[in-house]
Amino acid sequence: MIITRPREWERVRAQIADLGARSVFIMGCGQCATVANTGGEAEVLATKARLEADGIAVTGWAVGEVACHAGGQRLEARKHAGELEAADAVLVLACGAGVQTMADATSKPVTPGLESVFLGNVVRHGVFEERCQMCGDCVLDRTAGICPVTTCPKGLLNGPCGGMWNGMCEVLTDRECTHVAIRRRLAEQHRVKAAEPLPPKDYSKKLKPGRVDLRSERATHGGTGPATGEGA
Amino acid sequence: MSHLRDLLGRGEFVVTGEIAPPLGTDLSAMRTSVETIGPVCDAVNVTDNQGASLHLSSLAASRVVLEMGHEPIFQQTCRDRNRLALQSDMLAAWTLGLTNLLAVTGDDPRGGDHPEAKGVFDLDSTQLAQVATGFNEGHDMKGRPLKGATDFFIGAAMFPEAEPWDVQRARIEEKIAAGARFFQTQAIFDLDKFARATEVAHAHGAKVIAGILVLRSPRVIKFINERLAGLMVPSHIAARIERAEDAAEEAVVLATEQAVALRGLADGIHIMALGLDTAVPRIVRDAGIRS
Repeated sequence: MIITRPREWERVRAQIADLGARSVFIMGCGQCATVANTGGEAEVLATKARLEADGIAVTGWAVGEVACHAGGQRLEARKHAGELEAADAVLVLACGAGVQTMADATSKPVTPGLESVFLGNVVRHGVFEERCQMCGDCVLDRTAGICPVTTCPKGLLNGPCGGMWNGMCEVLTDRECTHVAIRRRLAEQHRVKAAEPLPPKDYSKKLKPGRVDLRSERATHGGTGPATGEGA
Repeated sequence: MSHLRDLLGRGEFVVTGEIAPPLGTDLSAMRTSVETIGPVCDAVNVTDNQGASLHLSSLAASRVVLEMGHEPIFQQTCRDRNRLALQSDMLAAWTLGLTNLLAVTGDDPRGGDHPEAKGVFDLDSTQLAQVATGFNEGHDMKGRPLKGATDFFIGAAMFPEAEPWDVQRARIEEKIAAGARFFQTQAIFDLDKFARATEVAHAHGAKVIAGILVLRSPRVIKFINERLAGLMVPSHIAARIERAEDAAEEAVVLATEQAVALRGLADGIHIMALGLDTAVPRIVRDAGIRS
């Protein structure tokens, strides 16, 4: 899921002031931002109270099923057409994808209330960790299911670097070095070949902006078989 | 052509030192450093934005060292440049007469003076050594022929004292397979650990230059232990410097003892003066390496 953090309130207020907005509609997200406790119903209502305390009218609010779904956001916009129409701006408590989806679904100025920080694993309730950066060129087959691109602070494919000390990371000194962990697991699994150095990464697999179109893939290749591998 | 390679190839015990380029364009302090340590060093490392802090480039500073009549070891980190820039600078280095290349990872930006910077790390140190090997063979990373190849003497970093040992051994072997022909180590305090690492390097024909720190004050030791990547000064060494009446003097005596002890094990020593450049000629002389 996408992990978000609340943006500093002073900054959010300044954004609304810059828009010259006296009234705001708040849009949350029923998916990731709800789990992250940043854009669910509770946070939307807390934000509403905060805005009103600052003298900004809240014309309405919604927490749709998922903020990054274009069709879903258009539906929410239609459901709340009157409230949206009455607002000078829309404050979105969702990731950057959700903010942009909302901006496409309304003619009102849209402004973000959260920072999008990473694709996170839910370690346990309320605890999230980044394990994957969606690089488009997965190396987990060679690294014992531990991603060095993400979990090594330097993102080194081959390591440890010269800073590792007694198995611990140089940058995040309370954590085990990712490369020590990878090599230990590979050794435990007797995977000698996988322990050989990895070649430089193909960053062209992660060219921005990413786009996948399963419809045209089906039209081109027929059936619903695997994609061509040109994921990004 | 690399004089350092010739000396090591002949089995001579070498001495290397280290200088940091300035933050700015005034080269006078750096020149003084080179004048102080250069005459007793076979080659001088020129650091690349060391400590992830801004300095004049190693490329330009290495050229200054060369023009002053000394042989530089051009250090290149993977932190600040992508593979295009790294390759471009390596080609530039060769045309500027820089023949020794030390391929290192580089400290993380968040420990430096521009903590907001994006660490690049497009390649890692092993891959960078591979690229340099390709250049020596006459081709770039994509296998395209170069109009004019290089003949770099390729070096890498080694940290014999960091456990786990099996991981360090694998790293030494990988770096040699990537083309490293010499290693420069972090500071050596444990001769047994140094010997086992050297044995691995020697088995594959690579040379090892042992790191020595001039621990000139308790404050410097504290800084090393807290701030510098992977340098851990043992408590008995720290206590010796702390108890000394003249810490700087004791540091020179200690470094000299280490140099003597390493003579039988290493292919050379790399003295990191930590600002006490005048110690370098003394250590080299007192250890009986140069008269």
